[in-house]
Amino acid sequence: MALVTTTKGEMDESLLEKKEGFVDNDNEYTTWVEYWLAGELVHRSAHVTLKKTVTLSAEAASFN
Amino acid sequence: MANTQAMCTSFMQELMTATHNFTTGTGDSFKGALYLASATVNASTTAYSVTGEVSGAGYTAGGVAVTNGTSPQSTNASATAGVAYWTPSASITYTSVTLATAFDAVLIYNSSKSDKAVSVHTFGSQTVTAGTFTLTMPTNDTTNALIRLATT
Repeated sequence: MALVTTTKGEMDESLLEKKEGFVDNDNEYTTWVEYWLAGELVHRSAHVTLKKTVTLSAEAASFN
Repeated sequence: MANTQAMCTSFMQELMTATHNFTTGTGDSFKGALYLASATVNASTTAYSVTGEVSGAGYTAGGVAVTNGTSPQSTNASATAGVAYWTPSASITYTSVTLATAFDAVLIYNSSKSDKAVSVHTFGSQTVTAGTFTLTMPTNDTTNALIRLATT
């Protein structure tokens, strides 16, 4: 029996409707999971993996 | 209004004045704060601010600590080019939170130095309900690190 933390406290996963999804693009890979109870969202978690770096470009000037 | 992924311009200046110390253990402490999709954090952000920050059950203003288990590293690619880079050594995790209003950015900032801003990282808008939000870091190498200082 898996328990899920919800807005109504810990609930047995079997009592809930589970929805999952993901986003995969150049910037991120994101997964999310939702649990619904009688049409009400009672849990949502998301996991984002960042792909894109931020880069500082540096230069040294020449004298010629 | 929108958030834009960027290295903060003030951070670049502060590198030249030795303001930030990313050394593991003896260096500064860094934190990650989440911002609403309606906020405006970008290259011009100079410090952490509660303006536009998410709020909700389980979330503390200012966000959470960033784990720094690996000091910055550098590699020379040639006689004229190289890269210095740094990535937090663990995921940034907000546990047991409810963030009902959409958010799409995290601001990394130096909580040891007057909350001076480091960088802004964006992602698709999210909400969290009685759940966990996790930001997993990219590979800490010359091409993928979260923060890179590069010459070409």
